Amino acid sequence: MPVEIFPSSPEHRRHGSNAGQPLTRRDGLLKVTGKATYAADNHREGMLYAVAAVSSIARGRVKSLDVQAAKSHPGVVEVITPANRPPLAHNPNQKMPPFGFRIEVLQDDTVRYANQPIAMVVAETLEAATEGAALLNPQYETDTARTRRENGERFKPEAVGVGGPSRVAHGDIEAGFASAARVTEAEFVTPAQYHNAMEPHAVVAEWDGDRLTLDMPNQALVLSCAGYATYFGIPPENVLIRSPFIGGGFGSKAILNGPQILAILAARMLKRPVKLALPRAQMYGPVGHRGATWQKLRVGTDAGGRLTALHHHTLSATSSFDDFLEPAANASLPLYASPAILAEHEGLRLDTGTPGPMRAPGEASGSAALEVAIDEAAEACGMDPLEFRLANYAETEPGTGRPFSSKALRECYAEGAKRFGWSGRPLAARQMRDENGCLVGWGMGTAVFHCPHFPAEARATLRADGTGLLETAGVDMGQGAWTALAQIGAEALGLDPEMVELRSGVSSLPDGGIAGGSGHTASAGLALHNAGRNAIDQLVDLATADPESPLFGAGNVGVVARAGRLHRRDDEGRSESYSDILARARRTELVGDAKAAREPAAAEAHAMFSHGAVFAEVKVDPDLGQVRATRLVGAFAAGRIINPRLVRSQYYGGMIWGASFALLEEAVTDHRTGRIMNSDLAEYHVPVNADLPSLDAILIPEDDPYVNPLGVKGVGEIGITGTVGAIANAVWHATGVRARRFPIRIEDLLSDW
Amino acid sequence: MNRFEYVRPASVQEAVTAASQPGSVYLAAGTNLLDLMKLGAARPERVIDITRLPGLGEIDWRPDGSVRIGAMVRNSDLAYDERFARTFPVVAEALLSGASAQLRNAATVGGNLMQQTRCAYFQDVASACNRRAPGSGCDAREGENRLHAVLGWSESCIATHPSDFCVPLVALDAVTEVAGPNGMRDVAIDALHALPGETPERETALQPGELITALKLPSDAAAFADHARYLKVRERTSFAFAVVSAAAALRIDGGKIQSARLALGGVAAKPWRARDAEAVLENAPPTQEAFAKAAELALSEARPSGKNAFKIELARRLIVRALSLSTEGTPEAMPALPASPFATVPSANHAR
Repeated sequence: MPVEIFPSSPEHRRHGSNAGQPLTRRDGLLKVTGKATYAADNHREGMLYAVAAVSSIARGRVKSLDVQAAKSHPGVVEVITPANRPPLAHNPNQKMPPFGFRIEVLQDDTVRYANQPIAMVVAETLEAATEGAALLNPQYETDTARTRRENGERFKPEAVGVGGPSRVAHGDIEAGFASAARVTEAEFVTPAQYHNAMEPHAVVAEWDGDRLTLDMPNQALVLSCAGYATYFGIPPENVLIRSPFIGGGFGSKAILNGPQILAILAARMLKRPVKLALPRAQMYGPVGHRGATWQKLRVGTDAGGRLTALHHHTLSATSSFDDFLEPAANASLPLYASPAILAEHEGLRLDTGTPGPMRAPGEASGSAALEVAIDEAAEACGMDPLEFRLANYAETEPGTGRPFSSKALRECYAEGAKRFGWSGRPLAARQMRDENGCLVGWGMGTAVFHCPHFPAEARATLRADGTGLLETAGVDMGQGAWTALAQIGAEALGLDPEMVELRSGVSSLPDGGIAGGSGHTASAGLALHNAGRNAIDQLVDLATADPESPLFGAGNVGVVARAGRLHRRDDEGRSESYSDILARARRTELVGDAKAAREPAAAEAHAMFSHGAVFAEVKVDPDLGQVRATRLVGAFAAGRIINPRLVRSQYYGGMIWGASFALLEEAVTDHRTGRIMNSDLAEYHVPVNADLPSLDAILIPEDDPYVNPLGVKGVGEIGITGTVGAIANAVWHATGVRARRFPIRIEDLLSDW
Repeated sequence: MNRFEYVRPASVQEAVTAASQPGSVYLAAGTNLLDLMKLGAARPERVIDITRLPGLGEIDWRPDGSVRIGAMVRNSDLAYDERFARTFPVVAEALLSGASAQLRNAATVGGNLMQQTRCAYFQDVASACNRRAPGSGCDAREGENRLHAVLGWSESCIATHPSDFCVPLVALDAVTEVAGPNGMRDVAIDALHALPGETPERETALQPGELITALKLPSDAAAFADHARYLKVRERTSFAFAVVSAAAALRIDGGKIQSARLALGGVAAKPWRARDAEAVLENAPPTQEAFAKAAELALSEARPSGKNAFKIELARRLIVRALSLSTEGTPEAMPALPASPFATVPSANHAR
């Protein structure tokens, strides 16, 4: 099987040691020259094109499809409907732990949401397949769509997010409110949002007997092989997924979905390779989204501005047939020192596709509401928002009292405030104008994100020529994982990054775990680190046991690996190159394998989070209500930083997404039909460069001896948290208008009419 | 996408003959048409590619100071034409506030005029839309319509015309030159786009086969060059259609407005010329009071077509702002954010 190989290139010079250096992306040149092959760029001989026909109703039944019309269209090869869909080995109405959802693969004629696949047309050309799908002219039996809070069915969820608690209570919440000098209350609505990765969900599926090869963007390679194997009744090792490049995933490419499975099924049915790439509009339904929330917060404070109680209630929308509830209320658990905290969720069943994890699931929408509520509490207490947050700083994890594995949040507040110029901010709203008369406001929010660690495996090989090979089925979805992973692996091997080759992005490699939860660098990185150390240990054994080596007998004093040589620790002048050691031992290579996971005892004993502080300046036209986030400064502490260039990009990306959440993003549903009316990038707005003229991310040093042996936390999602609230609070500071729904719209800020 | 016949005529006459058959459409840059074809909202039987027609790509200045712009001139080329931008700065500013740099590089003058509404119900073939499918109804009327029309709409259709370019064009009395089966004729921009009435499917005054070959700006339009601005409120700073936009152009002499031009975008199925407002401004001093009165008059017929009442007040305020900025004078250079309230030029003071 061909494997993507990324040789190190001389363009990537290191500056000093490996980890910690701002190397540019190893795959950057391929990407900017158009040579990076994304899934849908793959072509196979005899390949067919699949296009899904999707429902235009949100609830009901497909009464008829004009299959004959579609099949008669020149170029159409097959139309797959519930009537002829070949069997699958797994019941799609059953979940597949840990992340497999109930999905729609033409198991029957029911329609559960708009844009659900109701047929799949396969043709010799994309155009023929598209027209075939259009010719199906579905007739429906339509039931009333339930897409509003008022007509959805409420329920008590057992869990929220990915197995998170639906209700957490610390302390006596009512006693906390009873003892409060002030109680502020606020309600918030956050809309359904869609991942909108630039690259659509695509797959090129090819069968060879009962072996399946998939070119597809995928955030969970090895796990997904097991999932597809289960659906198609073949052993997991018969599935090969190649995912060398991903044009954005954000959680939506970690989970199996109906259209891709149908394309794979079509390939098996027709015995030809099949390509599917979802049109943009079809990404609004079967591939997950961030579910809408309705949140209510009550904040109790004493006379000195200290929290006495914090109550966060969230109503989270999910589909009518499966559960993924945005765990928004749990965002209130780890941050502020309140003696009583109650975080609780209700579920709301709507006729939509099932939501799923979307960059900072729960934390993003929960933080948006929490940070505005905290700002309102500070205002009620007559306190500066930063002073208020410091007064309620959690020295240990609220509720549990566990120590934090590390927490440099105070430094984040201090450095961020300094860089932003927070001091001197007037307490009251509507106090500042710019030279053109625009209202100016400053706001802040605290960022927090947990740091999960997933089991991962890796292999590191020292080769006779003194170079290294690193292998793990890791996932680079644009964040630069391969660059950071290569840095970690190279450091463990005592080699410069340009001396190591990294093989990744292919499921046949050692399981690199999933790229999600901001845990990939730590998880796959630790596995590579351990594999590299394992290879070096073997090399040290060879050298120190060899009487002809200058390192003979150095086992007790120790040996250090650096720049392709082993050195005696007590006498660095005595050293030998890796290739000399291997040559004398007549070894062509040394292979180190590793499996890595977090130390359970450390995980039990500590609360583990990344932290940050985000400061925002907005300008609002006083008459026209148009808003612009003119300045964002974020300071983040996330343990050890492997590559500051890439990390800063992650923070920027998160902060930009936060601005998007605060001011732009919303899927607009026509509640009469349940259809989303802005399912394209012209009308579903995400920011353009001009929206964010000034971004600054400060990397706060933080040593964490507990989170993992690398000391690496996660950086991928934290930037959204804090930012939404910071911008909303800045909008209040500019205008005096509190955000009650997101995004904040022009009409929300048009005064006096 | 349906199968269609692709025709590449060698002359305007061949193009007109080919397009005179029912089911034909002209293809210029395709920045709107191809999207509609992919969505199924447009299903032409034949596509007449006019991109290779000779003689449509020139900007010709006439001795009297008027200009004739070929229909295939790209939006960017026109906006960055030095003489054009100096003579008609409000048109250049509107052009540069539209779409994205990539789209402006492709999109043509004629195509911009002929682009269709971005009403989501027009684009969504599962929705009822009288404009796309006459007699089917208007799902926008009771639907998600916070950005729909507040002027000139009917129960049949509440869509808006999305062009920025057309707004100052209608203010400046621009005229299109049209080739048709019966020869050439001129159609004023103000007469080109139709209000929906009972027949929203009749979107323009063009007859079957007619092709816009050029756009003409009269010489007297240049008289507004010193006091002309286009302003556009939008939900993101760039690459978004107008919530409301306004083109204001004044001739000021002796402390009085000698002549005024005012048009609105994003409020109606056509670029909306506010002639009553212009009339009250003439001979008035350029004051906030006069501007407020003009704004009231411009919106006097406005009524919400749905969840969009805010657009009426927003339009009033935008008119006052656009007139104020026009009075201050056209900026020396194009603002860094053309047409944005967040323009960084010091002269862009806000009314307080």
